Amino acid sequence: MKFYMMHLMPYADLDLDYDQKYNSAWITLPNSYYDPKKGAKLYNRYLDELEYADQLGFDGVCVNEHHQNAYGLMPQPGVMAGALARRTKKVKIAILGRALPLLNNPVTVAEEFAMVDNITEGRFIAGFVRGIGAEYHAWSSNPADSHDRFHEAHDLIIRAWTETGPFAFEGKHYQFEYVNLWPRPYQTPRPPIWIPSQGSSETIEWASHPDRRYTYLQTFTPVAMLARYMQMYKDMAAEHGYEASEDQLGWSVPVYVAETDEIARREAKPHIENFLNKFLRMPKEMLLPPGYLSLKSMLGVMKAKSAIGGQQTIDDVIDKGMFICGSPETVRQRLEQYQSEIGFGHLLTLLQFGTLPAELTRKNMELYATSVMPWLRERRAAKTQVAAE
Amino acid sequence: MPHEETFETVAGCRIRVMRGGKGEPLLFLHGASGASGWLPFMDMLAQRYDVIVPEHPGFGASDTPEWLDTVGDLAYFYLDVIDHFGLDRVHLVGTSIGGWIAAELATRSCEKIKSLTLVAPAGITVPGVRKGDMFMWSPEELAQNLFHNQEIAKAMPQPANEDELLVVLKNRLMTAKLGWSPRFHNPHLRKWLHRIAVPTLIIWGDDDKLIPTAYGTAYRDLIPASSLEIIPECGHLPHVEKAQEFTSKVVNFIQGAA
Repeated sequence: MKFYMMHLMPYADLDLDYDQKYNSAWITLPNSYYDPKKGAKLYNRYLDELEYADQLGFDGVCVNEHHQNAYGLMPQPGVMAGALARRTKKVKIAILGRALPLLNNPVTVAEEFAMVDNITEGRFIAGFVRGIGAEYHAWSSNPADSHDRFHEAHDLIIRAWTETGPFAFEGKHYQFEYVNLWPRPYQTPRPPIWIPSQGSSETIEWASHPDRRYTYLQTFTPVAMLARYMQMYKDMAAEHGYEASEDQLGWSVPVYVAETDEIARREAKPHIENFLNKFLRMPKEMLLPPGYLSLKSMLGVMKAKSAIGGQQTIDDVIDKGMFICGSPETVRQRLEQYQSEIGFGHLLTLLQFGTLPAELTRKNMELYATSVMPWLRERRAAKTQVAAE
Repeated sequence: MPHEETFETVAGCRIRVMRGGKGEPLLFLHGASGASGWLPFMDMLAQRYDVIVPEHPGFGASDTPEWLDTVGDLAYFYLDVIDHFGLDRVHLVGTSIGGWIAAELATRSCEKIKSLTLVAPAGITVPGVRKGDMFMWSPEELAQNLFHNQEIAKAMPQPANEDELLVVLKNRLMTAKLGWSPRFHNPHLRKWLHRIAVPTLIIWGDDDKLIPTAYGTAYRDLIPASSLEIIPECGHLPHVEKAQEFTSKVVNFIQGAA
């Protein structure tokens, strides 16, 4: 199993009373709430944290893409990957955006990712997503064309990375007379591709196809759902006549480790609850524009009258396995149990969330890296050896 | 007034059509909320005209064809529909997105059109005048913002079962497909509105929170033989909120244009 530190880079200095006037920290929250003096400090602090993850022995660091919001300050994640490319030495760098349907020109992403792959001499992991629904409001991209544009942009980028140019590309949404990528990616035939998702059978079917075998990354969902979707991937792979490896399955989850369970819960509580109730807050119309989900899925959501926007507590998310929080022993046991039951090969931990301040983030990272990660590595190695014998 | 419902196949697309009344043909093009039922204003118009109400491709019980990408596609489609029914000298009435389709159609050809009525049509943009963002509105906000009279807004029926909810979602999906970006307009339409060569009536509610009345003035200035009528104390759906007044205006206009 490989270990990554994921960062969302929230605007942690957000005036949390914003919700008395606005219904979301996204799209319609005026950017007068953003103070560049504070934001500059946050950017540098967060980059320091990811660089520290390199020193602490993580296998990778992950950034992602969100637009026009206080939840995550990386509308252009390639900037962060570029900054990290030269300051880190060992870690893989994963960009778990880009939201392909938003792109007017997917070749920009093919180029940008290939550049990072070259500068890092192959330490790069490419992520492709459709983005959450709010991005379609932010970028005026038509959600009804989202699936179509995702697939077309994906096909164009893969061809740009793997085919000798120049070639012409004639799509419905994108057309080029000349596609001829300079630089070509460093890795052969191309960087690994991860597909983050909150859970979609269509996405899993597509990612698990033998032509692709992309790593499917389940983000921020109850552990029961995680198990279901991972099994779905394995089943679909089996139907295609191959066995899905652990390398094809990943999980992204917020984690907080402290000296004891009690301390962990006390320290994490305000910050994870701000993450859930302040930073993630948005009305259903913003999260699910028409076309973002299939009609059938949308009908399900409407019927469920789901709790989007409802207040959540630390206990809710711990109980559902959406947040792993406790002493090193508690966190070790939980992760070991989930790993052996579910069999994911990439574990992405969000070790800063919401308003979690710098000191607690560092403490969390250090405890995780010294008392959880090595233990899990040894357990996995021992198990693999037993299995081999 | 009785009406009948049929399914017709035009340009490879099967659509549901309601039709009632006698007289000169009147083709009504619905807006974003579709045309699932025969409404009081249709009944009133059917006393004088042969009222034809198709559900657009991609809406309600009609199919969603592969070829449908833009409102321009629907403009050509309805030229085919007019041929399909063998209509001539038809009174074309369109509301909101349907008004946009009607305006696009009339810039392409007025050969079979006798008069044009645009009811708070989408289709153009007026710089500096913001439209409402219906895609950000909750169902409750949508009802409130579509009507002036909040009693009527409250009385609007909500989807009663799963089938009706599915129609609402389908209509909303196609509305996004056609109007998400550029938001409810075609930047090129205004260049060609001068081609509309038939008498044109533009109707607007004075309290339209989706497409402000300034859009009515702009349309009037762009279409040569057009006049603008503002209905007081009325929102985006004059044919629903002020059905009687709306019908009289349409009838008076058509009689004057004849």
